Amino acid sequence: MLKIDNVTMRFGGVVAVNQFSAKIDPGEIVGLIGPNGAGKTTVFNMVTGVYKPTSGDIIFTPNGTSQSIINLRPDQIAQIGICRTFQNIRLFKELTVLDNVFIGSHLRLKSGIFSSVLRLPNYTKQEKAMYEKAKYLLEKVGLYEEKDEKSFSLPYGKQRRLEIARALATDPKLLLLDEPAAGMNPQETQELMEFIENIKEEFDLTIFLIEHHMEVVMGICDRIYVLDQGAHIADGDPLEIQNNPKVIEAYLGVD
Amino acid sequence: MKDNKIIKYIICVVVAIIAMIFLNFVLDSYKVRVLNLCFIYIILGLSMNLINGFTGLFSLGHAGFMAIGAYTVAILTMTPEMKEMNYYMKPMVSFLQQINMPFIVALIIGGLLAALFGFLIGAPVLKLTDDYLAIATLGFSEIIRVVIINLQSVTNGALGLKGIPQKTNQFFVKLLRDIFGISLSHSINLLWAGIGAIITIVFMFLLMKGSYGKAFKAIREDEIAARSMGVNLFKHKVMSFTIGSFLAGIGGGLLAVSLGTIDPTLFKFSLTWNIILIVVLGGMGNINGTIISAIVVTIAMEALRFLDEPLNLGFIQTPALPGLRMVVFSIILMTVIIFKKDNVLKSTLVKVRGRYAKN
Repeated sequence: MLKIDNVTMRFGGVVAVNQFSAKIDPGEIVGLIGPNGAGKTTVFNMVTGVYKPTSGDIIFTPNGTSQSIINLRPDQIAQIGICRTFQNIRLFKELTVLDNVFIGSHLRLKSGIFSSVLRLPNYTKQEKAMYEKAKYLLEKVGLYEEKDEKSFSLPYGKQRRLEIARALATDPKLLLLDEPAAGMNPQETQELMEFIENIKEEFDLTIFLIEHHMEVVMGICDRIYVLDQGAHIADGDPLEIQNNPKVIEAYLGVD
Repeated sequence: MKDNKIIKYIICVVVAIIAMIFLNFVLDSYKVRVLNLCFIYIILGLSMNLINGFTGLFSLGHAGFMAIGAYTVAILTMTPEMKEMNYYMKPMVSFLQQINMPFIVALIIGGLLAALFGFLIGAPVLKLTDDYLAIATLGFSEIIRVVIINLQSVTNGALGLKGIPQKTNQFFVKLLRDIFGISLSHSINLLWAGIGAIITIVFMFLLMKGSYGKAFKAIREDEIAARSMGVNLFKHKVMSFTIGSFLAGIGGGLLAVSLGTIDPTLFKFSLTWNIILIVVLGGMGNINGTIISAIVVTIAMEALRFLDEPLNLGFIQTPALPGLRMVVFSIILMTVIIFKKDNVLKSTLVKVRGRYAKN
């Protein structure tokens, strides 16, 4: 599905990510962990086209055909099926909850701006389908009741779920979740884990996630990559990672 | 239920048009002129709100696009004899000299030309954001003005154009006379401006209801998120900017005809400022607010004209101070920005409504 091949990201003299490689197979939930400042979000930013890697390549294989994505713009990457959520929630604050999700499917719209203004049947049919989809997704994440509220008025946990719903509206094949459980209490975290597995089955997704909650990472990830100071230090299934001395060293330090 | 709504809107539009014909008939020419200006400012206010309020692009180039629309309409509708009288310093380019078009065709060409320039300017400039974009668009608008000053054989330079034909309603006048037997005594372009304003209002409502309008708003709210959700930032920004320029060109063309005379000094930054005033008072991204504030500001600008004349305050006699009325608007604008930041009309209306609801 996604192959990150030896990517390096340099900002001036700082090497944020150093020769990182990873491979994600279809249908997997893969975790990316590491201490603060390890370069996890930078990896996400490279995959979604926000940054262009200094060297290395990222290859995306949505359905049999491979394609290098390092030269694509973020919106083109969303178009071919990679969508993400943000660590610091980025909703369209002044818009309603429903509109937030509605915009997620704007990129699949096939009509031009004039058929939208003239409300030609071809456009209105698509728009109706987009609203249906948005409502369905809101029901799925349990926000249907709040659909007409402004998105900034939602509590934090719901904003996170709304971001996921918005990302799902773009019909992604690969979903990147940047700290989905940040700031959630244990109850919400538990719900989130079930929710992630749920949407993975229903929408046939592959999920790549950054998370600090070890409970989440160990609970739902099939495989885990560990980054420390930009460098890859370990990968494997949760049990291996938990017992890896290098990982323990990176997290807890050594005497 | 949905059909009912559409019928309601159609009735509103028809009533508005009939009201305009009626007003054209009963009001004196000064009032018709003010009303006409209201309609033009509605178009201009909405076009600026599309760019600044809905898409969040801080653009200050409106006067330039209006100048393009205004000059196009003036050049295309003036008769060859009129042009000969105007271009006494330097004769006009001969192929333009002979052109004489019906008003509506000229107006649409003016709009399209403004849109073309909007597109050409927008394509490089819209990579910038915030105040950088404001400076760049302001610069381009001044460049357009300077080009107009120096392109004497086309635009008559700093001398401006006088005698732009104002009887643009011939079509309606004829229609009314032949079908309804009504003859209009003074037929300036109220109907064109009015219909233009109605079309613009309907257009804006439909645009903002649709997916593209929502995408524009998404860009305003958060560019990074919009981009990650697959909204092509550049394409949508250029789209919004071009449509805004088209409407600015139309507004400029209508303004040229309603004034009857234009020159480059008219299209200085202060013209853009007037429109910003309307947009800010009406609320960024608020269609109804813009319409109301366009009407209020235009009428207030006329009503406050006495401030420009010598004032007798009882204890002191001031000399004539042209421009004093603009100070009033500056104060209003500052107050609004300091105390309310946005949506002053909307929130006041909500408050008033709330007060009445309580009693």
